[in-house]
Amino acid sequence: MGTEAAATRALEPALMRARGLGKRYLQRTPFSQQSFAIAALVNVDFEIAPGCLTALVGESGSGKSTLASCLAMMEKPDSGEIWFEGNEISHWSKRKLAPLRPKIQLVFQDSAGALDPRFSAAQIIEEPLEIQRRESRQTLRARARELMEEVGLSPDWANRSPLQLSGGQRQRLAIARAIALKPSLLILDESLSGLDLSTQAQILNLLLDLKAARSLTVLLISHDLSLVGQVADFVAVMHQGRIVESGSTRQVLGSAQHPQTGKLLASVRVLEAAFQTARAGGRG
Amino acid sequence: MPSTCASALLRVRGLTVSYDARDQQPAPALRQVDLEIAPGEIVGILGESGSGKSTLALSILGLLPESAQVEGSIFLQGENLSSLAEARWAAVRGARIAMIFQEPGLALSPVMRAGDQIGEVIRAHRSQGSQQRKQEVQSALKDAGIADVERIYRAYPHQLSGGELHRVAIAQALVCRPALVIADEPTRSLDVTMQSEIQNALLDINRKYGSALLFITHNPALLAGFADRVLVMYAGRIVEAGPVAQMYRRPLHPYTRALLQLVPEPVMHSGHISGFARRERLAAIPGSLTRFDPLGLGCAFEPRCSARTANCRIESPEEVAPEPDRRVSCFNYGN
Amino acid sequence: MMPSMTSGVKSPIRYLERRAIHAVLLLIGASLLSFLFSSLAPGSFFDEMKLNPQISPETVAALRAQYGLDQPLPVRYVRWVKSVLRGEWGYSFAYNQPVRSLLMVRARNTLLLTTLAMALAWLIAVPIGVWIASRRGRWDDQLASASTSLLLSVPELVLALGLLYLVIRTHALPVGGMVSTGFDRLGSWEKIRDLAAHLIVPVTTLVLASLPILIRHVRASMMEVLQAPFIQAARGHGIGRSRLLFGYALPAAANPLISLFGLSVAGLLSGSLLVEVITGWPGLGPLLLEACFSRDIYVVIGVVMASTMFMILGSLLADVMLVVADPRVRTDHA
Repeated sequence: MGTEAAATRALEPALMRARGLGKRYLQRTPFSQQSFAIAALVNVDFEIAPGCLTALVGESGSGKSTLASCLAMMEKPDSGEIWFEGNEISHWSKRKLAPLRPKIQLVFQDSAGALDPRFSAAQIIEEPLEIQRRESRQTLRARARELMEEVGLSPDWANRSPLQLSGGQRQRLAIARAIALKPSLLILDESLSGLDLSTQAQILNLLLDLKAARSLTVLLISHDLSLVGQVADFVAVMHQGRIVESGSTRQVLGSAQHPQTGKLLASVRVLEAAFQTARAGGRG
Repeated sequence: MPSTCASALLRVRGLTVSYDARDQQPAPALRQVDLEIAPGEIVGILGESGSGKSTLALSILGLLPESAQVEGSIFLQGENLSSLAEARWAAVRGARIAMIFQEPGLALSPVMRAGDQIGEVIRAHRSQGSQQRKQEVQSALKDAGIADVERIYRAYPHQLSGGELHRVAIAQALVCRPALVIADEPTRSLDVTMQSEIQNALLDINRKYGSALLFITHNPALLAGFADRVLVMYAGRIVEAGPVAQMYRRPLHPYTRALLQLVPEPVMHSGHISGFARRERLAAIPGSLTRFDPLGLGCAFEPRCSARTANCRIESPEEVAPEPDRRVSCFNYGN
Repeated sequence: MMPSMTSGVKSPIRYLERRAIHAVLLLIGASLLSFLFSSLAPGSFFDEMKLNPQISPETVAALRAQYGLDQPLPVRYVRWVKSVLRGEWGYSFAYNQPVRSLLMVRARNTLLLTTLAMALAWLIAVPIGVWIASRRGRWDDQLASASTSLLLSVPELVLALGLLYLVIRTHALPVGGMVSTGFDRLGSWEKIRDLAAHLIVPVTTLVLASLPILIRHVRASMMEVLQAPFIQAARGHGIGRSRLLFGYALPAAANPLISLFGLSVAGLLSGSLLVEVITGWPGLGPLLLEACFSRDIYVVIGVVMASTMFMILGSLLADVMLVVADPRVRTDHA
C-alpha cells in the first residue's frame, strides 16, 4: 500500500523516502552448494515526515530491521530507491555517503552489545565527535558531559563503563552518542524492548523532549503497538517484508484495514481484563 | 490471602537475602519477604528490575550463590526447604518446583537436541525406559502447545524460533508435573503476539495439572485476566498484596498506582481497540530503583513517591491489612 | 520471511573432494619445498667417502652418477615423483632400500609410541581438567595449577633423561630400544611384556610433557562453559552434578578441544623425535636425524612428506569431528 495518506500532512517534502525497496539475503549451509534466498524486503514504499515521530511496527522477521539498515545506509538494497535531502542515495559509494552519515543515526536494541565495554561512558560519546571534528580533549569532554546531562545521565558517571550501567542507562548513553553529531533523523531499532515499563516511559519522554528541542525526526521501530501508539504521529505496519498499512496513527489504529494490524491490536493486553470475572478467582 | 496456612503449597516467612559485595556492606536483595501460594493458585509478582524478584525465584529453588546470606524460612507442602542439603535439593528442583527462566534460548544447551534436554529432566527424577521417556517428552511438548512435535523434538535450540524455545522451556517445566511452576519474566523477549500464546499455554498447564504458578513480570497488564493474586515488590520488599481485580481497580500503594498508570490506555470502539490515549508526555515514575540507599531508614520508594510525607524518609512503614485479603506497607496508602 | 531454494547440490562428498584436491596440492608444495631446502645444504651422501683415501674420486663421481645425484634439480624431482608413483618413494643410500619400506617400519614404531601416549594423555587430562574446572579456586584446583606449571617448565629432554636415570639406577626396566635381544625367541605373552617394558619410559615422557597443556585447555574451556546460563538452568531442573559436568558442560566445551585434538593427531609422526632419539626407540625420529646428517636426502624428503600427510589427516579429522560434535556448525545459524 502506498503512502499517499502521509502526503496530506507533508506540505513540506518528506525527510526520507523509499520507493520499491527490495532486499534478499542468501543463506548457505556448510558442506553444500545449497542456498536459501530470504526475501527481507519486498517492494517497500516508505516515507518519513520531518519533525515527526514515525513508528514502524511488525513481528520479528517482518523486515523492520532490514529496512532500518537500508535507511541508515548500513546496507544497500537490491532494488528500489532511497531519497534523502533531494538526492537518490541507494547506489552511492561509501565516500559519497560519508558526509551524510552524521545526519542519520541508528540506536540498537542491545546496547550492551553495541557499546564497547572497555571505554568509559564519556569516551563512547566522544568517539563520533573525535572522528568528525578536530577539537581539543577538554572541549570533547565538556561536550560529552553536556550530552550526558541532556539524556538524563549524571555527568559524574563520565568514567563509568557501560557494564556498570543499567539497561535504561545504557540506552540513554547510546542515544547521547547518536545525537552528538546533531543528526536530523534518529532511528531506534527495538531500543525499548526488554526494558521495564517505567524505563520505557522515561526513554520515550526523553525522545519526545529531544524531538522538540532539536527538531529531530524520530523513527521508532517496535513490535509493541501499544507502546508507540501513544506518541507516534505516523504508523507503518510491516509483515513478511512488505508494508501492509501506513498512515497517521489515528487512521491506522482507528480504522485498521489489514488483518496483520488487527492481529497486532488484538494482542494488546489491557488492564480491564482484570475486572472481567468469568469465574471465581478473577481470571477472564 | 488463603486462610488456612496448613493447606498452603508454598510458605515463605521473613526471607531476607544479602549478597556479599566484597569490601562493602552486604546489600540486601530481599528483606523480610512473606508470601503464600495455595495449591493451583496463580500468583503474580510485579516489580521492576532490581526489585529482587529474580532473587526471590532463585531462593525458592535454592539456586543462590554460596556467598549469599539467607535468613528466614521456605516451606514446601510443610517441608522446610531452607535446611535442605544440596543433594536433596536435586529431588525438589524440576520435579516439585520447576522454573522457566527468562531467556529460554540461553537456558538450553546449544549442543543437545530439544527433546533430549526435556528427557534429561525426566531422567534426573525417574528411571524409565527410553521409549516411554520419549513418549512423555512428546506429550509434554503437545501440552505446551507445539503442533509439529517431531521436528521440535529433534531440533537444536539454534534452529528454533523464540516462541518455540519458550514452549520447549514450558515443556521442560511441566514434564515432571511439579506442584509449583515459577516463570521468571517468561515473555520479556517475545513479540506481543506471542505473549498471549505463552500465557495461554501456562494457563492450560494450570488447569490441566493443577500446578500453581508464580508469574514474575514488570508489566501489570500481563497479570490482568491471568493471575488470581498479585504481590508488588519494590527494593526487596513486598509493598502491596491482594486479589488482582481489587488491586487494579483501587490500588493502595502509590507505587502500584504509578505502575498501573504506565500501562497504555486503550481507546475502545465496539469491543476493539481503536487507538491509545495520546500523551504529550508519558506518566513515567521519576528517578530509578538503582539510586536508593539500601541501609537507609525510611521507605525505599520515598524519593520517587508522589504521596510522600515527612515521616516517610525517617521511618519504614509496617505492613497493615486494611481490608481482608489485602496488605500494604505505606503510611499514606490509598491517597 | 519466505525461504526459497535457488541452486545447488548438497553433498558432503563434494566437500571431501575439495579437501582431497587441497591435500594433493599441499603435498606437492611440501615436496617441492623439501627438495629445494635439502639441496641448499651443501654436499651429498657420498661426500663422506671423499674423506676416505682408499676410495678414489672417480669412484665417488661414478657412484653419484649412478644414483643420479649429479643431475639438475628438476630432473631429480621428476625422477622422484615417478618413484613415488611406482610406490618406492625414492631410494635410501644408507640402508640400500626403497624409502617406502624403510619408512613404513619406522613409522609403525613411532605410531605405536605416540598413539599410546596420546590416548593416555587425553584419558588422564580430560577427567582431571573437568574436575578442577568445577572446583575453581579451591585447594585441588590450585594444586593442579601448580603442578602443571611445574611440569610445563621442565623441558622434554630433562624429563626423558630423568626417567632414564631413574630406570638405570633401579634396574627396574630395560633401557633403550624397542625390544630386547632375543625377542624373536620369546612366547607371545612375553613378547608383549617385553614391548610394554620398553614402552614405559618413552610413553611416560611423552605423556608428562603433554599433560600440562591438555589439562589447562580442558580446564579453561570448561570454566568458560560452566559460567553459561544453561548450566544454571539445568541445575535448576534437578540435573545431578556429575551429569552436569560430563553430560552438559563437556560437550559444550568440546570445540576448542577438538581443534587441539586435531593438532595432536597432526603431530603423531613428528612430535616424538627427541624422546625417540634419547631412549633409542627405533622410530622416525632417529631415522630422520641420521638421514639429515648423512645427506640421505630421499629419506629426509620421505619423512617430511609422511609428516605432512599426518598434518592433513589431523586437520581433516578435526573438521569432521567439529561437524559431528557441534550442531551449530552443521546447519546454518538461526
